[in-house]
Amino acid sequence: MKTFLTGWGRTAPTPATLLRPRSTDELAALVAHAPGRGVVARGLGRSYGDAAQNAGGLVLDCTGLDAWTFDEPTALVTAAGGVSLHDLMAALVPRGWFLPVSPGTRHVTVGGAIAADVHGKNHHHDSSFGAHVRSITLVTASGEIRKLGPGDPLFLATLGGMGLTGVIAEATFGCLPIETSRMRVDVERTADLDETMGAMESGDAGYRYSVAWIDLLARGRRMGRSVLTRGDHAGRTGEKESPAFAPGAWARAPGRVPNGLLNGLSVRAFNEVWYRKAPRRRGIVQDIAPFFHPLDFVDGWNRMYGSRGFVQYQFVVPFGAEETLRAIVTELSRRGTVSFLTVLKRFGAGSGGMLSFPAPGWTLALDIPAGQPGLGGLLRRFDERVADVGGRVYLAKDSRLRADMMGPMYPGLARWRAIRDEADPDGRFRSDLARRLGL
Amino acid sequence: MRNALGAVDSVLLLGGRSEIGLEIVDLLVRLGASRVVLAMREPLDPPPKLDAEVHLLPFEALNTASHAEVFARAARLVGDLDVVISAFGVLGSQEEYDADPEAAARAVAVNYGAHVATGLHAARVLREQGHGTLVVFSSVAGARVRKANFVYGSAKAGLDGFAQGLADSLHGSGARVLIVRPGFVIGRMTEGLKPAPLPSTPRQVALATVAALRDGSASVWVPRALGPVFRAMTFLPRPIWRRLPR
Repeated sequence: MKTFLTGWGRTAPTPATLLRPRSTDELAALVAHAPGRGVVARGLGRSYGDAAQNAGGLVLDCTGLDAWTFDEPTALVTAAGGVSLHDLMAALVPRGWFLPVSPGTRHVTVGGAIAADVHGKNHHHDSSFGAHVRSITLVTASGEIRKLGPGDPLFLATLGGMGLTGVIAEATFGCLPIETSRMRVDVERTADLDETMGAMESGDAGYRYSVAWIDLLARGRRMGRSVLTRGDHAGRTGEKESPAFAPGAWARAPGRVPNGLLNGLSVRAFNEVWYRKAPRRRGIVQDIAPFFHPLDFVDGWNRMYGSRGFVQYQFVVPFGAEETLRAIVTELSRRGTVSFLTVLKRFGAGSGGMLSFPAPGWTLALDIPAGQPGLGGLLRRFDERVADVGGRVYLAKDSRLRADMMGPMYPGLARWRAIRDEADPDGRFRSDLARRLGL
Repeated sequence: MRNALGAVDSVLLLGGRSEIGLEIVDLLVRLGASRVVLAMREPLDPPPKLDAEVHLLPFEALNTASHAEVFARAARLVGDLDVVISAFGVLGSQEEYDADPEAAARAVAVNYGAHVATGLHAARVLREQGHGTLVVFSSVAGARVRKANFVYGSAKAGLDGFAQGLADSLHGSGARVLIVRPGFVIGRMTEGLKPAPLPSTPRQVALATVAALRDGSASVWVPRALGPVFRAMTFLPRPIWRRLPR
């Protein structure tokens, strides 16, 4: 029985045999007997593109591997690959601990967070998820269960390795102590892109978390106007403030949404309201969930793009290549490209993962309805500009990059390939993304 | 792999000299395809200028025993086949076929029988891959067969039916069939013939085919207006149909 799978962007579905192992041994046996079309692990399906799809092959739903423990004295969590960050937060926050890195959604697994080496609003301060991982238990192509530490080349090939070095059965990583479950947040509105970037350059160091939402449809003098949100975990001010964490979804996106609901008009209106309603205040107190995961409040928000789905485009360019970032924002703004949520952030040091996305520089993330005419050519031109200045696009979000861009964008690719080939000589770990990008 | 925007990476063209086929390949390469296999009877000299990795393979439509090897070699050269275009064929004239029934049988073997073989091979490969599209060229000539070209038309009618059945048998496998139904195409194949109403060029057929590939359509008429025209033609009483000039 084949199941059609897509990523979060709901584009390019392909069928695969979907199995759900309940133990590491079962997982290892399934990998060792994978069919000719290969096998890849899947978590909660939040990669936007085809990373957790394997046309005609085997996909292992790892969410059945959900055991975890927390060792408070060392602040280390040891969790199976299928444990969701949501479940970890729900249990750890009330005990006064937070995850070292929290991406834009809590609904990702530990295995997925490592395989994509995810980042959050604190990358400039704390790097990516992989930088906090102390060990990985990997099921390799032969079905062998290997424990890897940061000194192992295979460990560094697995951080950001998109699941192509093996299946992450378990991992141990450090946590962050917090006094309360509140955030102390400063919000600023900036008038244009230069002011946005200037404010981030001069002020980000003073905050653990920082992100700018850009109104991409604003043109002319207002091009790049943003709402800059920065904050830190709030300290305890009174006796009663013990940490708590109980977010739910407020709304659920309808099952069927017409294509084109998110268009130039509706997004422009949303942007205007979002920009104007931004409070321009310092010291706002907010809960963890609305600060980190506002989109998680709408269950299935990806359906709002209609049946054609949408494409995420996130790239990073190094510091010093601000002109490239400016040129891309200018072109997007000039063309009136509809991107519902456009986010700008500064990255700090990378984690050392050979195919990890983050590197010191500016990162811009867009999500664009897939039906927009000329989108393929536009993004390909952006790919080239980004690669020319030593930048890259994020594989966990990608669904349309061409294979020939991988080498220029990922200088660690050759080394990664050598290590992967040694660990998986027959190419047993395969995904649609791997085929598309010739990995 | 087909990407989120409908662009593909690898293409196998059976009938590598076909004008329409080469136009489609050219467009797919411009949209991002990087690996191309051209399978044909005699190699093109010079090979077409394409900004892609191009492989040439010998292919003889009537030697159906060799087709399996053509698919195997193509897969070895480029990996998964994202698009297979079955574009070989002969037109011939009805007068010629009236005079030489053996030539008529040969033409039908190329235009129908050989496509059955390549279609079934392609289906096996694409089904196993779990993705990919087979492009089959039907024709308005097969939508309702006319006395002016009933040998050619009957082969196309058979092919159209075969392709529809194949598409249904592939449903749910991830593999698909796109049936292209052009009207009169002004090109090498129709040189010297007077164009029928609503003619198109190979480029126009290719543009429509590539758009249909991107959208995942099951069939496309080129030009689009021929769809309703020929659906209406099926209801035309036979005595009138018979008297149509061509």
